[in-house]
Amino acid sequence: MIAADRHDSPLWSLVVQLALLSMTAIGGGVVMLAPDVHRFVVEAHPWISDQQFAAAYAIAQAAPGPNMLYVTLIGWQIAGIAGAALATLAVVVPPVILLLFLLRIGDRRSPGPLGRTIRRGIAPLSVGMLLAAGWILARTSDTDWRSGLITAATALIMLRGRINPIWLIGAGALVGIAGFV
Amino acid sequence: MALSGFGGVMPFAYRSIVERQRWYTPAEFAEILAFGQVLPGPSICNVAVMIGWKQCGFAGALAALAGMLLGPSVVVVVLGALYQHFERVPRVEHALGGMSAVAAGLIIATAINMGIGLFRDRAGPRTVPGIEAALLALAFGAVGIAHWPMLMVIGILGPLAVLLAWWRRA
Repeated sequence: MIAADRHDSPLWSLVVQLALLSMTAIGGGVVMLAPDVHRFVVEAHPWISDQQFAAAYAIAQAAPGPNMLYVTLIGWQIAGIAGAALATLAVVVPPVILLLFLLRIGDRRSPGPLGRTIRRGIAPLSVGMLLAAGWILARTSDTDWRSGLITAATALIMLRGRINPIWLIGAGALVGIAGFV
Repeated sequence: MALSGFGGVMPFAYRSIVERQRWYTPAEFAEILAFGQVLPGPSICNVAVMIGWKQCGFAGALAALAGMLLGPSVVVVVLGALYQHFERVPRVEHALGGMSAVAAGLIIATAINMGIGLFRDRAGPRTVPGIEAALLALAFGAVGIAHWPMLMVIGILGPLAVLLAWWRRA
């Protein structure tokens, strides 16, 4: 873990970056930010490794609570408890302020035709970006054909039925322990 | 409630709020969810804030948000600490390898499901599947292969997509 230095603190640049990113996460939540966060903390800065990133993501998926908490773990890996708290707040607070502001002006005013058009127009983009997030995560966590196979099998199972994802995550852990990956 | 949300909170939120507490009808919940997704930021947090606001105003919104985040973030950090402690144990490493492979598959499946829903939904403005598929592919290529930042993708493709949707409306 890197000790946060006052003058050249990775924590503050992380917080600023996350806050900016969070405001751009339209149409699908912070899962879609994974590629951007990955580029920032793994590629642009030598803060955490590919494996740590993939592990943070997997833990947040497996653990109870919103999946966006992988950001909390990345903050924690970079700067400890303060990093965890600040990274989470950076992602959550700016959009919530905007939302509370909107709620104050128009208390559940139904979106007009323009709102519907915007929503409908960007829908394919958010699906494409979500797919890209899955793709990038697969590239970082699938080191060989066997883990690739697990990813593909998971996607197929999820498309086929309504199984609770936690069982699949558990199965993934067991398959991993059994020495398959 | 959030503490029971393994692998994503949304299905659990739906069960508890719509089916048990009956605060909302399914249609109202879908509307809130759609609104939460259009706004920037984590959509589940937006949903929590909106529901809290509706129930108890400002305090309700903050309480809902805190409830959604506090417990789970502590759990996640504890798990993360355990991971860091046992990182070198091969068994843990392998388990996490399997889990991350599954996690990637889950996202891909969610995206595909959303895509299927998109192409089946004929309720909105008239859709041209070719245009939507092209936009989807462009967004995927820009982020997944060309590694553009998301802001750039939204900034360039967003207005284009909205314009196309507006034009198709007529």
